[in-house]
Amino acid sequence: VCLSDNPSKPCFILFFKGVRIMLDCGLDIKQIMHYVPLLVVPGYVSSWAGKIVHELKDCGGRLLVDAVPEFAIPAVSIVDLSTLDAILISSYNCMLALPYITEYTGFRGTIYMTEPTLHLGRQYMEELVKYVERNPKTNIASHWKQDFIFRNLPAPLRDAILPSQWKKLYTQHDVDSALSKVKLVGFSEKLDIFGALTVTASSSGYCIGSCNWVINSKFEKICYVAGTSTLTTHPRPVDQTPLKNADILILSCLTQTPLSLPDAMIGEFCVNAAVTVKNGGNVLVPCYASGVTFDLFECLSGHLEQCGLSGVPMYFLSPVSDSTLAYSNIFAEWLSPVKQSKVFLPECPFPHADVSNGSGSSSSSSSSSSSSSSSSSNFHTPCILFTGHPSLRMGDVVHFIELWGGSSANTIIFTEPDFPHLDALAPFLPLAMRVCYCPIDTSLNFSQANKLIRELRPLHLVVSGTYTRPPVLEPIELMQSLFMEPSPLTYKQGDVLSLPIKRQFETVQMEPELADTLEPIEVKQGAAVSMVTAELVARDNKYILKPLPKEAKLLGKRRPDGSLLWRKPYIFGSPGIHVIVDTLKQHGFSSLKVEESEQGAIIHLVKEDSLIQVDGASTHIKCDNEEVRLRLRDVMLRCLKQL
Amino acid sequence: MSDIKITPLGAGQDVGRSCILLSIGGKNIMLDCGMHMGYNDDRRFPDFSFIAREGRLTEKLNCVIISHFHLDHCGALPHMTEKVGFDGPVYMTHPTKAICPILLEDYRKITVERKGETNFFTSEDIKACMKKVITVNLHQVIQVDDELEIKAYYAGHVLGAAMFHIRVGQNSVVYTGDYNMTPDRHLGAAWIDKCRPDLLITESTYATTIRDSKRCRERDFLKKIHTCVENGGKVLIPVFALGRAQELCILLESYWDRMNLKVPIYFSLGLTEKANHYYKLYITWTSQKIKKTFVHRNMFDFKHIKAFDRAYIDNPGPMVVFATPGMLHAGLSLQIFKRWAPNEKNMVIMPGYCVSGTVGHRILNGARKIELENKQILEVKMDVEYMSFSAHADAKGIMQLISQCEPRNVLLVHGEADKMAFLKTKITQEFGIDCFMPANGETSFIKTKHNLPIDTSLSLLKRQLMPAEESDEPDPKRLRVLHGALLMKGSRMHLSEPSAAFRELGVEEHKLRFTCNICSEEEGPVVDVTERIYRLLQREFPRSPVQFSTENSITVGDSVFVQIGGDEESKNILVSWSHQDEDIGSKIQSVLRPG
Repeated sequence: VCLSDNPSKPCFILFFKGVRIMLDCGLDIKQIMHYVPLLVVPGYVSSWAGKIVHELKDCGGRLLVDAVPEFAIPAVSIVDLSTLDAILISSYNCMLALPYITEYTGFRGTIYMTEPTLHLGRQYMEELVKYVERNPKTNIASHWKQDFIFRNLPAPLRDAILPSQWKKLYTQHDVDSALSKVKLVGFSEKLDIFGALTVTASSSGYCIGSCNWVINSKFEKICYVAGTSTLTTHPRPVDQTPLKNADILILSCLTQTPLSLPDAMIGEFCVNAAVTVKNGGNVLVPCYASGVTFDLFECLSGHLEQCGLSGVPMYFLSPVSDSTLAYSNIFAEWLSPVKQSKVFLPECPFPHADVSNGSGSSSSSSSSSSSSSSSSSNFHTPCILFTGHPSLRMGDVVHFIELWGGSSANTIIFTEPDFPHLDALAPFLPLAMRVCYCPIDTSLNFSQANKLIRELRPLHLVVSGTYTRPPVLEPIELMQSLFMEPSPLTYKQGDVLSLPIKRQFETVQMEPELADTLEPIEVKQGAAVSMVTAELVARDNKYILKPLPKEAKLLGKRRPDGSLLWRKPYIFGSPGIHVIVDTLKQHGFSSLKVEESEQGAIIHLVKEDSLIQVDGASTHIKCDNEEVRLRLRDVMLRCLKQL
Repeated sequence: MSDIKITPLGAGQDVGRSCILLSIGGKNIMLDCGMHMGYNDDRRFPDFSFIAREGRLTEKLNCVIISHFHLDHCGALPHMTEKVGFDGPVYMTHPTKAICPILLEDYRKITVERKGETNFFTSEDIKACMKKVITVNLHQVIQVDDELEIKAYYAGHVLGAAMFHIRVGQNSVVYTGDYNMTPDRHLGAAWIDKCRPDLLITESTYATTIRDSKRCRERDFLKKIHTCVENGGKVLIPVFALGRAQELCILLESYWDRMNLKVPIYFSLGLTEKANHYYKLYITWTSQKIKKTFVHRNMFDFKHIKAFDRAYIDNPGPMVVFATPGMLHAGLSLQIFKRWAPNEKNMVIMPGYCVSGTVGHRILNGARKIELENKQILEVKMDVEYMSFSAHADAKGIMQLISQCEPRNVLLVHGEADKMAFLKTKITQEFGIDCFMPANGETSFIKTKHNLPIDTSLSLLKRQLMPAEESDEPDPKRLRVLHGALLMKGSRMHLSEPSAAFRELGVEEHKLRFTCNICSEEEGPVVDVTERIYRLLQREFPRSPVQFSTENSITVGDSVFVQIGGDEESKNILVSWSHQDEDIGSKIQSVLRPG
């Protein structure tokens, strides 16, 4: 089942072997685009036009909702979430909807994720919560969602999907409670889920602690690949070996900007930033509190040094920037080998720590969470400021656009690919500051994904429907879609896919005592058979075969309920007619008359007045005398093999 | 069933020089590779000639596992990999890999440069040795090869200490290294899941001790130091650079903070500074509390504790000095000790275990006159205090670990023989499991017994597990019988339905059928006789389905078929059955046959 519409913020539920597993829990925050930006400083005089309708505002020619922002959560109503057994989280980008699931649905299972994912994910959630709670709005807009109004709204807002299902953001309490259900895992740790499945996380190289999940039963293998990056940045590189030869490969979180290469974009970003600073302007970078941001720090400070601009301060402003920076430096195990070896020296893996530790001429991390209006005077301009939130609808960035937007010397550079930058900027128009768009998305692009699929050789591939169609706008690009044989299974929100896995076998443990009693018979070269009748004990999804208890044997040869014998004899073989005749003769049957026909043969036992019909794999003995019959039976069994 | 074979080359009924050979499922593994602090000759290293009389060890060993960075667990590693020769993988955790080479280098300097020994491993050897190291994360399952897998658990003893779970096929062993079951100020407690290994190899340094509450010990420690410095005495605390030192630093730091004391605390330079830096970087390996607060204040940024300089030794006035190494066998701590020992105002606190043969061990045993290397006699007038702060599990902790992982056998290493023997009886009594304590060079064999895994067809399994009717509640106590054919092809075993097994083998089941004619003189209509036989059969076979099928015929069970024919006077009863229902068939005959 797929519960999310945005392929980059996935949410799946997998039913397999009686276990229900949710894969990722992404929150689609694009919807926030439809809301009026949340001001950092309450009461700040804004230049936005007055209300048109109650609850709606016209900003720069666009209708936006003026209320507490709400978010589109995964379509949880399809499934009864209280029956979920586990949630597997692949990275901190894909867990923001967790509190919705764990706190309001009766969820009782466990959440699995890596340690960095937990800590950085918590920072992300707290950042969101703080941004929203910082300036409380009292009104919750719901009128505009009513059908008759909604249908008459102008374009961008009207296209919103199912706004009636949007939910308010969770609270800090929800975050804490949701994350208390988390169990931490390490890469390639084998986790057992109810004895039925083992799940394993393997590095995906997208961000610190991000992973792909391999779900194994004894005979089947399902891989869930989300947000994988084959590029070398700061996280530990992707580990492909565990993903190989899966029965099913679920692929999501491919790049959202297939046309721009990350390396080129980083270069462009640095150049733009440097030029602006040189001309005395400020650079504003709306970004998340972790992830690519760290790489940007590193590249940019290197570039600035080359340009002789190492005196330019860099600021990182976010309620959680302190924490994310600190955390990033203690997760050495989760970083790329280059960063790891630094720790052995010992040195901090990221340069930003060294710099902010005091020697800091070029950059310092400042975290003034709530009182940024006052702190803005403390910034030495020109400077480069990283701040959230990339949607430009909340966070300190809103304030700085207001502050710096008027001057054409300043530049705003968009790097996060999650939001269309033109939509994001819309309410602030007209702006005098320069706008650059250098989206950096290190996840797989389509050609890398195709290469990956070829290397992994899954039996079946499951991807979002949008990945299989070339985008409408760029039909010329051939590498824009995925292709594979057999053609991939596609999904869209709300779809239920049945995955083509047929389970055939299950592992059963046999106790050595039982194994000792077995006497296998070699039937063919290298193949032996033994009949097993044993007590089957099923506990915790594990099966154990034990010797039958003594009482049961004494009960007699019949099963309590039925028709089978404890030891049902099996006979096989198809002896030739002369073998039977010879054996009969050896055992004292002399007056034989053999009649051969096309189907088989009939042996008349004249003296005993009996008949034996032999026909390949079946024999029919007709005999009225019980004593003779028993003798004949024994003779026949001699000619056959018995189990 | 295969055996597990254990041979300690060091640490068998002894502390120091941990080195244990493990042979499991055809794989040979070396657990730790340490040196002995008490010796300065060949005996300080394990006897590698046991593995191979001469030549390299690469072919003899599948891998080496190092549990933590203490020299008695890794001190002989460069000697083994470079001098003796081993090119296989060496596994250790990230912090261990980071700190280990520093300690080794330090150790090498002391032995080669101070004592002028030759034929010792070089800095290059250490570097080359560390190149062979593969790092493991906690709980990460590493496949050493197709069969051998290892998994690390948190051990708490020092930064980066780990226990290792080693598995080959069905056989498994847990090696604890050194561990601590009670969380302290800067490290968490050891933890392992219920992995039910065949064998648990555990340290037993404090096999007989049950330590009083930590809080009391700490209060005691602080009080003693406080009184000593108030009287103008100097306090020497010999420590190893990493581990206890940090714990005691945190303890003193917070006490100084609370009591607003101004007496200087020094920490011997170099090593320890670097060490504190490591602790800062490996916050994830420390305790919960430190993890929570590190963003605002890193616990390892000390305010009161300053670096020590040799010139300070003769400074007047009270001071507290942490100095390395911990057993007073060499280096700065011994130097300071020599200077301070004649003054009764001063105090030395030994916070950890001392191996026999060291100065630390001698003064702890009450020696007041110590003979030094150059035949000088040193009179010890200062206070000598012993406080066990070393992060080893005590007897209670060892028992706790045993009940946590439920091993089938226990093997004791890294402890003194008589203490071990005591613990051994206790373990055998309390858990009813076998306990071994081999001496160095002695081999223990542990027998293992395991269930055989068999691939079973799902349809066969489901048929047994599904209740006959939907309404039936599954009853866990009901005896469930599985009947199937076990097919063995090479090493693969399949359990499936008999017919499926025959199909796979390409063997046809032979159908053997019997038919008997029984003449009966019984009178009356055929229908009545059929009815009578039907009731008779029902009575005789209460557990088999007896049914009318077509006219005047009855079926019993799966394959038995009874047909009654004839006229008013005599009846002809035809009984037919397949070989599988032989018992029913012959019974029917005997029932129906007149007379």
